[in-house]
Amino acid sequence: MTTETMEAPAIAVPTATPPHPVREFWGYFSANHGAVAGLVIIVAVILVALLADVIAPHDPNLTNTAIALKPPFWQEGGSISYPLGTDPIGRDILSRLIYGAQLSLLIGIVVVAISIAIGTVLGLVAGFFRGLTEIFIMRLMDIILTLPSLLLAIVIVAVLGPGLMNAMLAVALVILPHYVRLARAAVITETSKDYVTAARVSGAGTTRLMFREVLPNCTAPLIVQASLGISTAILDAAALGFLGLGAQPPSPEWGTMLADAREFVLRAWWVVTFPGLAILITVLAFNLLGDGLRDALDPKLKR
Amino acid sequence: MAAPPFSVLAMLRFILTRVSLIIPTFIGITLLAFFLIRLVPGDPIETLAGERGIDPARHEQLRKEYGFDKPIIVQYGIYLARVLQGDLGKSMITQEPVLNEFSSLFPATIELALCAIIFALVLGLPAGIIAAIRRNSIFDHGVMGISLAGYSMPIFWWGLILILLFSVQFDLTPVSGRIDVLYYIEPITGFLLIDTLLSDEPEAFWSAVNHLILPTIVLGTVPLAVIARMTRSAMLEVLGEDYIRTAKAKGLSRFRIVALHALRNALIPVVTVIGLQIGVLFTGAILTETIFSWPGVGKWLIDAIFRRDYPVLQGGALLLGVVVMSVNLLVDLAYGLINPRIRHTR
Repeated sequence: MTTETMEAPAIAVPTATPPHPVREFWGYFSANHGAVAGLVIIVAVILVALLADVIAPHDPNLTNTAIALKPPFWQEGGSISYPLGTDPIGRDILSRLIYGAQLSLLIGIVVVAISIAIGTVLGLVAGFFRGLTEIFIMRLMDIILTLPSLLLAIVIVAVLGPGLMNAMLAVALVILPHYVRLARAAVITETSKDYVTAARVSGAGTTRLMFREVLPNCTAPLIVQASLGISTAILDAAALGFLGLGAQPPSPEWGTMLADAREFVLRAWWVVTFPGLAILITVLAFNLLGDGLRDALDPKLKR
Repeated sequence: MAAPPFSVLAMLRFILTRVSLIIPTFIGITLLAFFLIRLVPGDPIETLAGERGIDPARHEQLRKEYGFDKPIIVQYGIYLARVLQGDLGKSMITQEPVLNEFSSLFPATIELALCAIIFALVLGLPAGIIAAIRRNSIFDHGVMGISLAGYSMPIFWWGLILILLFSVQFDLTPVSGRIDVLYYIEPITGFLLIDTLLSDEPEAFWSAVNHLILPTIVLGTVPLAVIARMTRSAMLEVLGEDYIRTAKAKGLSRFRIVALHALRNALIPVVTVIGLQIGVLFTGAILTETIFSWPGVGKWLIDAIFRRDYPVLQGGALLLGVVVMSVNLLVDLAYGLINPRIRHTR
């Protein structure tokens, strides 16, 4: 875990002045071993995704029925050239998992980016304009929150048609309310503060107040929520993939891989075990990171 | 001990406010279901009628009946009126009214969901309480670690792994279904655990129990993790309060302090969390029922998607939404009733 100290700033801070915010943040964050472990796993997954072309031993879509359902290398009949075995049509599972990491990270990041972009704007608008606009936006978010998230996502995908893009849109919509609520709550607490009044008196327009003055001050909870949001997005997108509503075969998306391999669960344990393990570990890592970020960034929870 | 004074009027006002808050939510859900069919590319009547097509005369008749020639707001009004009368259309595949299909399948989902939440409570509450009392012990770290894993669990995978372990390796539990095909149980309540006990075949009950075990664990895992975490943090908060110190100073036994003084107050946030888990439970039921071929509403909805049975999808989603909304309302009311602070401030 020592490799991760690279993240800390290299700037030497004079002892008399308060610690640099980044250093202070790292102090809180690194005290949480779970969070550091989560960060290490995420960095590893990112590296695997970036280097997929180099480290994957085989083409993820190359089929070869002659070697179908080969077990992992430590089992009888397995071979080291297919370390985690092969699937029912002879594709290398490890290579598919490696390329699947690209998809899962892409899903997590794109979904949360869409949600944050739309969510903060809606939240800022609700917080600044109050009145009917606010009631309308917040009621809509309440309705989305009331419905079971996966049910809503399933219904949306059923209407738009199955596919990775539609699944991502559906999940983005489902996690939207969290960002709207956060942004609105931050606006309401921030706008009563002196610096906003000062900016307003100096003639700043509403747009400037929203994005230049208030938004930077509510980034901490948004970052925490983003980390937790990525884990939800990966999990929900995988669930949609598993139901046949997300990424379509032969895509190596982890949930889709599980759905593909489901009927072989009785004959070949490895075809279902590894993709799910990949989902679990990645989601766990983002949850750990989110918890750690919350403890380190949220002053209300600092003890 | 005298009961705390409370006015019936304040209580009534509290209940009425909460109930009135669900009206916009209900309208939102119906709007969503209403636009659902209209977002499907193509002619909505043909969408509703299915792939077999429809003759022009009937098409015209349906167009009038649903009001497709009228403005959209009138169409919504017609739809809302039908929904309020319990008319959710007919399945394109079976021609059965959607409401009938839902109500015949829903008991299977409720049975599964109830078992899952009981499973989660029976394990989660004690685990959370003990973890809080023995804070920073190995047990505490273990519970927190496992619950974090449970919280991150892709349950559709978890189900397959449990099948792999218990059904394939040890041959202990069946792979799918609700009961052995040998038995035919007359549905009286719709809950197989009760119906089999009422029947004259006692082995049928054990068959039903056996079929329930794995789905219950799978569906209960996420709520279990959440309940254990929540109970622990609520207990920790309460154990730091002054009245606990007073109780300790009075020399009360550790058990009395935990069971009588701390637990009661710690349970208030836990109840809310359990309520919020109901929505999660129905979401999980969709996945769990798909894995175990459990004949409930979750599997029914997924099947409807692949059969392009849009009336079932529309009506089913609406009904599930309304069920979750109602449960949330009940939890909200229960919360107000057990927590006097909420009741009096609102």
